[in-house]
Amino acid sequence: MEALFALCVGVLTTCGVFLILRGRTFPVVVGLTLLGYAVNLFLFSSGRLSINSAAIIGSTDQYGDPLPQALVLTAIVIGFAMTAFVVILAMRGRGDLGNDHVDGRIPDHSSLSDKERN
Amino acid sequence: MSHLVILPFLLPILGGLLLLLPPIQNALIRQRIFAIFTSLLLILVSATLLHTSYTQGTQLYLLGNWQPPFGIVLVADPLAALLMLLTSVLGLAAILFACAGDDETGMYYHTLILLLMAGVNGAFLTGDLFNLFVCFEILLIASYALLVHGGGKQKTQASLHYVILNLVGSSIFLIALGILYGMLGTLNIADMAIKLQHLSHDDQLLVKVAGLLLLVVFGLKSAMLPLHFWLPRTYAAASAPVAAMFAIMTKVGIYSIFRVHTVIFGEQAGELAHIAQFWLWPIAILTLFAGAVGTLASSNLRLLTANMILISVGTLLVGAALGSEQSAGAAFYYLLHTTLVSAAMFLIADMISRQRGKAEDRFVQARQMKQRDLLAGLYFVAAIAMVGMPPLSGFIGKALLLQAADSGASMAWSWSAILLAGLAAIIALSRAGTTLFWRVTSLNEEGEQVPVAKLLAVSLLLICSPLLVIFAGPVTAVTSTAAAVLHDPALSVDALLPALNLSAGGY
Repeated sequence: MEALFALCVGVLTTCGVFLILRGRTFPVVVGLTLLGYAVNLFLFSSGRLSINSAAIIGSTDQYGDPLPQALVLTAIVIGFAMTAFVVILAMRGRGDLGNDHVDGRIPDHSSLSDKERN
Repeated sequence: MSHLVILPFLLPILGGLLLLLPPIQNALIRQRIFAIFTSLLLILVSATLLHTSYTQGTQLYLLGNWQPPFGIVLVADPLAALLMLLTSVLGLAAILFACAGDDETGMYYHTLILLLMAGVNGAFLTGDLFNLFVCFEILLIASYALLVHGGGKQKTQASLHYVILNLVGSSIFLIALGILYGMLGTLNIADMAIKLQHLSHDDQLLVKVAGLLLLVVFGLKSAMLPLHFWLPRTYAAASAPVAAMFAIMTKVGIYSIFRVHTVIFGEQAGELAHIAQFWLWPIAILTLFAGAVGTLASSNLRLLTANMILISVGTLLVGAALGSEQSAGAAFYYLLHTTLVSAAMFLIADMISRQRGKAEDRFVQARQMKQRDLLAGLYFVAAIAMVGMPPLSGFIGKALLLQAADSGASMAWSWSAILLAGLAAIIALSRAGTTLFWRVTSLNEEGEQVPVAKLLAVSLLLICSPLLVIFAGPVTAVTSTAAAVLHDPALSVDALLPALNLSAGGY
């Protein structure tokens, strides 16, 4: 289970970082979301991974650590609000600046092909 | 247990929310009066708290009365109280200045400033790392909205970069927290400092990674070298009172570096002691260098001031890199001075640009300002304080910091870097002043007369500089006590875990 979990976090982080480094706001926002998922999963695992262990003492022999769950919940709420904000900001940038590039202007590299420029 | 400790956090939140409700929300004049009243109250509260924590020692506030390592704790030691007082003064100036008209260009200005102050105060107060993250988010959310306040292409563009960078920073912060919690099983800063000592060698490596990730996050907030590219444009794009308020935000990052890397990764941390120092030295020197080059290359006053902030960050990082109690005390004194003066400079830049017509605050020949003598006087005082010339506070701050470098190597590096950056700042600021005030054509009759509120705000900030000199004795006594508390494990760790002391050894 640990290996699968770690793989998921790793793949999500990789995809997130890759997308954040793109030039347009939409992929960047998606990248931030993916990175947020990876972080939440990672934070959750800091309480160790175990099956069938509720975060309540007495109901099972083995109980889970409740703190990471609370932390993840907080992180999810904050991450959600931030994503909403950055989406609105990206849309406003599209309106104000006339394009959806993160720098506010399409870089003018005549050496690049059309595909690279996007 | 005194409830005074939580007030600097609760008061601005409550005030900010009340501003949104009908009796106050309907009229701008009521909003202004209420916001000024709240920030005056905040100054009073933080001054009282500073007095209490200085005379009676660190104040601990347990939310819900949970025993320390488990619940949420607020810790009001002299350092936190001092920085909260600084924030309140800065907030009052930002609100006063905006009352002259900047708060009409967008909605909810006063609410957002108060929420920003709540976030900053919370970050100074909190005793555990997760709430440091939460408070960072509170102040960041407020700052995102403040940055686009007033609208305009430049602001949108700058804020896109700022928001995305900070979201990535928050993710890194959470990853570091996850590692630390997984390894140490606690998020309480004082408890971490104790648990750190009982780690096996392999675990230490992971904790070291987390500690350095935290340094990256705080470095992003405080704009240290490779992570500083967002700062000049963001600060130059923000409207003047917002930029002035932002002057405290880089200092939150610096404060966190001091807190985390002195208390958790300090002397007693065994193999993990001073893991940041190795990186801080080159980064501090390079930040100073980048700031110096930036000031010389700036094409307008706001950009120049933003680069001066970079120099001040570098100077403070030198204080952190020296790592001694004396250098921390000196850095805190310099921090007070630089925050107030650079905020004043942003406000002055705005007043100048409003009287120069289309030239704004760019360094080009333009028509003479209507109130040149007044503005030149203010600029002169702020510039002298900023570059660190006697008789104003910048000189004492720098002298204290230079004095704190004791060994030969650290002396050579820190003295040359700080003094050379100061020289670059003198050249840049005097060149800027000459162009702005002397390279003029005919008199410009148009442009706005400086409103009284703006003048009040700037004088409030500038008068602090001579006050810091006149009362240098008491102020340095407070800053060195703050540094002593931070460096003494008995005060910054053991005193915050009262329950563990009762059952000493059983832990």
